Amino acid sequence: MTTLHTRRAVIAWSFLAPMLIALALVAGWPLLRTILLSFTDAGLGDFSDSNWIGIGNYRDLIHDANWWRAVANTVGFTVISVTIETVLGLIIALTLDAHLPGRGVVRAAVLIPWAIPTVVSAKMWGWMLNDLYGVVNAVLLGLGLISKPWAWLADPVLSLVSVIAVDVWKGTPFMALLSLAALQVLPREIYEAARVDGVNPIRVFLEVTLPLIRPALLVAVVFRSLDALRVFDIIYVLTGDNPATASMSVYARQQLIDFQQVGMGSAAATFLFLIIALFATIVVTAGRIRVAGAR
Amino acid sequence: MSRRPVRIAGRVGFYALLALIVFYAIFPFYWAVVSSLKTGSGLFTADLIPRNPTFENYIALFRDQPFGWNILNSAIVAAVTTAISLGLSISAAYALGRISFRGRTATSFVILSVSMFPQIAVLSGMFELIQVSGLYDSLYGLILADLILTLPFSTWVLTAFMGELPRELEEAAIIDGAPPLRLVTDVFLPVMAPALVATGLLAFILAWNEFLFALTFTLSEEERTVPVAIALISGAGGYEIPWGRIMAASVIVTAPLILLVLALQRRIVSGLTAGAVKG
Repeated sequence: MTTLHTRRAVIAWSFLAPMLIALALVAGWPLLRTILLSFTDAGLGDFSDSNWIGIGNYRDLIHDANWWRAVANTVGFTVISVTIETVLGLIIALTLDAHLPGRGVVRAAVLIPWAIPTVVSAKMWGWMLNDLYGVVNAVLLGLGLISKPWAWLADPVLSLVSVIAVDVWKGTPFMALLSLAALQVLPREIYEAARVDGVNPIRVFLEVTLPLIRPALLVAVVFRSLDALRVFDIIYVLTGDNPATASMSVYARQQLIDFQQVGMGSAAATFLFLIIALFATIVVTAGRIRVAGAR
Repeated sequence: MSRRPVRIAGRVGFYALLALIVFYAIFPFYWAVVSSLKTGSGLFTADLIPRNPTFENYIALFRDQPFGWNILNSAIVAAVTTAISLGLSISAAYALGRISFRGRTATSFVILSVSMFPQIAVLSGMFELIQVSGLYDSLYGLILADLILTLPFSTWVLTAFMGELPRELEEAAIIDGAPPLRLVTDVFLPVMAPALVATGLLAFILAWNEFLFALTFTLSEEERTVPVAIALISGAGGYEIPWGRIMAASVIVTAPLILLVLALQRRIVSGLTAGAVKG
């Protein structure tokens, strides 16, 4: 019995080893180095020429107003865009789940934003939202909804709205697909019973459907939130390093590359890592997500 | 009170909603296509159909900058990264999905955690690693870095697929006394083919779209991948942003992806949901 166990374990670990070694090289080691570098005054030119300065970088970080702005931007961006994406994704999923003609077209159309690279979608929207020549301003002016062109990507408040709008366009398909997958495993009889009883569809949704798909929906929300907390591409391409919209990732990279302050950038990156780790730990220990092995 | 008008109104509202969703999803791509066919002052008009369509932007893209190289770079990086990831993760997925051993849950947890890493958290450590190993401004460096995205993802998804296969599959082979490696290559590899296609496709897209590493670890225009090239396209004088050309580049890289996604809709959806919904 014991030998069989040992044999199995040996086989399992030898199959896992190549992947785990690769993962340690590309993830474990760089993460460890980032954390260590955050306690040094390393510059970009030569990493080895650095001194241990303790928590100096972290002290600078918490006194930097731009950092806290980046934290607020990231949290606001995450909460608002994930909320909108969840609601919109659910609406789309419910539409696709209703077996009506035309749903194939809708599903295909919805997959398009998902397939488009983030950088490309940011550029497409950047052009549409251009203050002088953008089609969005042209249409709004034409309809008389605005009297002069809006600076969608320059105004501090509007630019954050724009960034969220683009993320919603790009992220909703993922939510829709995952919600749809959850809806499709629900037994049809539930709806039949409700229909026979003449229950209002909205009540059916709120009292029957929603509680049943809640676990799957929560998993999707967690995945999207973790994604949104590390946002970089959309914001960097749409508004660059502008502090009005910079996320924590944008801030960290600016310190690291543009200001060549590896220590400071690493401290910001480590801080973001800790926030995400904390969020993930809370979610996992709350028992919402079970790891596959524990099934 | 008659219910019929209400139902008809409901239907109309429903299809209006569908139309709105489709319009919202498709219009930005349509607008990119339209804009890419306009040049000069035509670009600054809101015409829904270009008056004098021209391919000048597409030609300029390949004539004035190494966009062909950029596409090739992206293809090489994404293909090699995907191949390495699939090779390593199919073997890992066998262990995680088919063998029960101590430490399985912990290992799955570590892999899931890595897939949630913010890329920025490894950026300075990776920069150092790439610089020290002399891979800065080279595709090898990007392949190395991109593994952090594709490796945990493909392991996770393949494990989910692997765990769903019936028990009987390996039982016959085990009774035959086949060694574990042959079990994987002869029994699991063939039945996992569709799963490998779905996972490989998603991993390819992940690597193809990667921006932060490619932006940070390359310097010369010739080594850039497509997302970086598009993000950094600038005009001749450096003053005017060449929107027509940017839209042309966007259309070139997006069109194949859209065709691919539409052709493989079902597989992609199954790959996405296998990774996430099985909680």
